[in-house]
Amino acid sequence: MRAGVIVFPGSNCDTDCYNVLNDVFGQKVKYIWHQERDLKSLDAVVLPGGFSYGDYLRTGAIARFSPVMESVVKFAGSGKLVIGICNGFQILLEAGLLPGAMLRNTGLHFICKYVNLRVENTKTPFTSSYKHGQVVRIPIAHNEGNYYADEKTLDELNKNKQIIFRYCDEKGRTTAESNPNGSLENIAGIVNEAGNVLGMMPHPERSSEKILGSEDGKQIFESMIKWVKKNG
Amino acid sequence: MVKLEVYRSLGLSDTEYQRIEKLLKREPTPTELAMFSVEWSEHCGYGRSKPLLKKFPRTGKYPVLVGEDAGGIVVDGLAIIFKMESHNHPSQVEPREGAATGVGGIIRDIFTSGARPIASLNSLRFGPLSDPFNKYIFSGVVSGISSYGNCIGVPTVAGEIYFDDAYAGNCLVNAMSIGICDKKSIARARASGSGNAIIYAGSRTGKDGIGGCSVLASAEFKCADEEKRPTVQIGDPFTEKCLIEATLEALETGHVVGIKDMGAAGLTCSTSEMAHAGGVGMEIDLTKVPLREEGMEPFEIMMSESQERELLCVKAGKEEEILDIFREWGLEAVVIGRVTDGKILKIWHKGKVVVEIKTGDLAEAPMYDLPVKEPEYIKELRKLDLAKVKMPSDFNEVLHKLLASPNIANKSYVYEQYDHMVQTNTVVQPGSDAAVIRIKGKKKALAATTDCNGRYCYVNPHLGAMVAVAEAARNLVCVGADPAALTDCLNFGNPDKPERYWEFKNCVEGIISACKEFNIPVVSGNVSFYNESPKGPIYPTPTIGMIGILSDLKHATSASFKNKGDVIILLGENLEELGASEYMKVIHKKVKGDAPCMFPGREKAVQGACLKAIEKGLIKSAHDCSEGGLAVALAESCICGTKTIGAKVTLKDKFRPDALLFGETQSRIIVSCDPKSQKKVEAVAKKHKIPYQVIGKVGGERLKINDLIDIPVSIVFDNWKNAIPRMMEAA
Repeated sequence: MRAGVIVFPGSNCDTDCYNVLNDVFGQKVKYIWHQERDLKSLDAVVLPGGFSYGDYLRTGAIARFSPVMESVVKFAGSGKLVIGICNGFQILLEAGLLPGAMLRNTGLHFICKYVNLRVENTKTPFTSSYKHGQVVRIPIAHNEGNYYADEKTLDELNKNKQIIFRYCDEKGRTTAESNPNGSLENIAGIVNEAGNVLGMMPHPERSSEKILGSEDGKQIFESMIKWVKKNG
Repeated sequence: MVKLEVYRSLGLSDTEYQRIEKLLKREPTPTELAMFSVEWSEHCGYGRSKPLLKKFPRTGKYPVLVGEDAGGIVVDGLAIIFKMESHNHPSQVEPREGAATGVGGIIRDIFTSGARPIASLNSLRFGPLSDPFNKYIFSGVVSGISSYGNCIGVPTVAGEIYFDDAYAGNCLVNAMSIGICDKKSIARARASGSGNAIIYAGSRTGKDGIGGCSVLASAEFKCADEEKRPTVQIGDPFTEKCLIEATLEALETGHVVGIKDMGAAGLTCSTSEMAHAGGVGMEIDLTKVPLREEGMEPFEIMMSESQERELLCVKAGKEEEILDIFREWGLEAVVIGRVTDGKILKIWHKGKVVVEIKTGDLAEAPMYDLPVKEPEYIKELRKLDLAKVKMPSDFNEVLHKLLASPNIANKSYVYEQYDHMVQTNTVVQPGSDAAVIRIKGKKKALAATTDCNGRYCYVNPHLGAMVAVAEAARNLVCVGADPAALTDCLNFGNPDKPERYWEFKNCVEGIISACKEFNIPVVSGNVSFYNESPKGPIYPTPTIGMIGILSDLKHATSASFKNKGDVIILLGENLEELGASEYMKVIHKKVKGDAPCMFPGREKAVQGACLKAIEKGLIKSAHDCSEGGLAVALAESCICGTKTIGAKVTLKDKFRPDALLFGETQSRIIVSCDPKSQKKVEAVAKKHKIPYQVIGKVGGERLKINDLIDIPVSIVFDNWKNAIPRMMEAA
């Protein structure tokens, strides 16, 4: 898989994503500066976490106007893989590639900790290596991860099985206590209707090596590599 | 004639002013006067502390680097640069911005040394959480650190927090940053080469932070300190993040001769100190400095402490290449002057010379040999007759109270607000004795911690400071690291008061003796005086930030018990001590008795044995006994992992049960190991000639200690984990 990690001013998980794809998976990776437009040589694009443009105004609201985002929209339209992690997810929402919006965490604090997620749909390019209903441990680190969408959008997300991860307890129950940020229906990650664009608040790149405490995020990248090999 | 009120309001004394006139052989211009006032303030000039600080040992196990703004060590060609700095007064006046800019400032010291920041730590002190005002300061400081530190993408991996009345009118915010780079890439804060360009880069200069280091940092709090708010700077972490990237990129070109952060005393400090360090002069045109508002006076421009700015000395002819890098990151960068021969700093503003002074004059801050006096209360304070301490009837209750004391309770309320995982190197996370940080591509790894028990230093400054160094080293050993070097942040009251200066002198000497005993150099540091309010002085608090090296990342060890059936061994010896303990304070409401004993030989042997056993792969958990003593340390090992687990412990010592359970005797580490490794661990202990006891086994759902303690770990966990959030929620 040839992957590009987009670098906005203020991105801060760009090297983490690069390192995981390059060091852990041995994939070809390159950084794409936000003013570039050429994504032709790539199979997948990663929008990393961080604070693009300081997240001033609203998270992701300025980044979506970066020149590279026009190309990302086209890239997604052509069916290639786009994954937005944390701030990357927020940018995908602002860019309209995914439906809904992010509110501040209900506790009004930034939260950095491991959480449990239940895998809701394994028939996507990002989750085929997981088992349906599997509970995985992946950390979050955000201030605005409280996912919100109107009723109609939420119905459609459910109907089309676009909800990919939900916050849950150790046993896979999506309780209020296991919801760290107040997200609607405990939503932690969603895909677009076509299934080739994933946005998720938790950080799989932080949980892809045993030494860091969890390898549960690894299967996301594994699934992507598998999918590209088959369809790319 | 410069008016008396003018220089006094800038924090200069009459003799200091006379000295300025003598050096210049004329009256200073307003801008010059302002520059002297900031450069000679204690914060920049160290006039009251330098004579003592000179005695810190500068050599240790690894080659030491002592730079202009930060120091470090070299391990296998890799420079590890680190420093701790205070932002106490700004945080007391404006908690959120004060703390945020404290983080920003210390990180700039690291990356302007050429090192990429890889970890932040912080050591915080507040008044008790029962007071809503202290809650406001506490939550503001934490949110400031969180908002700034998270945005710049540097993990906040460890630290400590204490609450005590002594900090009620004057909180402490000590921020530490660690960076790494190839030894060859280290940048110096020096200008050289006549004709080379002086480039200003980063945020624009505004009216914020004027007099921050002189008026705010170098004076006690009196009252109505809201008036001092304009002396606090406002931070912009996004700009800082871009500045990190642009600076490291600029340094890679090889065209940067020298670089310096504009921190305390802003342009005054960066221009004069860079010129002085390089033995050159400078001509600067203030008209070229990017400003936030029209009509700023030259003295305001020179004194402003606006954040996210730095000064570079760049090879002539290479200016555009460097300016382009900053522009690419959306930052302003302009040539504001040139290096000159001779050692004169000449500053122009709108075609007029506003400053013309020898760089040496500014650097010649007057040194003070201050009187010391042992406080009269100290002898009485250290007396503790154990026979008069009432024995509690219910030790379970005491343990619960101690675990819920915010000094001991779990701090996840705080560290979960900090991104402690970004950069994907945090192997031992906050909540253990120290953090372990991977260095990608290397077998060796880094550990870091901060430590200081201010109460010990209050009752016995020399001993308390020694304990702080010893405990920091012990914490590093517990995670599998060999203690390597330290930075200190020396927080004290008004040094012009002989009792306070006595505390300072004794603490510094305590650090020096401990460093010599443990072969640990002091590579950088910071002094913060005048930490006094109408409520009184703070406890003397010489915070120690220490780093250690793991010979192999795989030795990384955490504090939590791991498996049922594991054997618990206490390395070290229990003594009957209760002086200055958390137990005395929380249960008996007294600060009384001497700090715990410190026998450096014993300490070294215990640390040596623990590290050896870890490196042999024998140890599953290691945890230092500190505040709350043995019982608290055992409880923490039961509850600080991803899952809680019980333990059954039998202690054979025959002395007061409260001292046995809660005394804070030093040089003790609780380790656990597989039963198969028990004999081998014992063999290591014997070889290091240390006392030890096999005290119990891990397992079950209760913590039992002799017939004194017997409680379910789930309740222990709940008490400890939720104590701080509950206090914050309580009205």
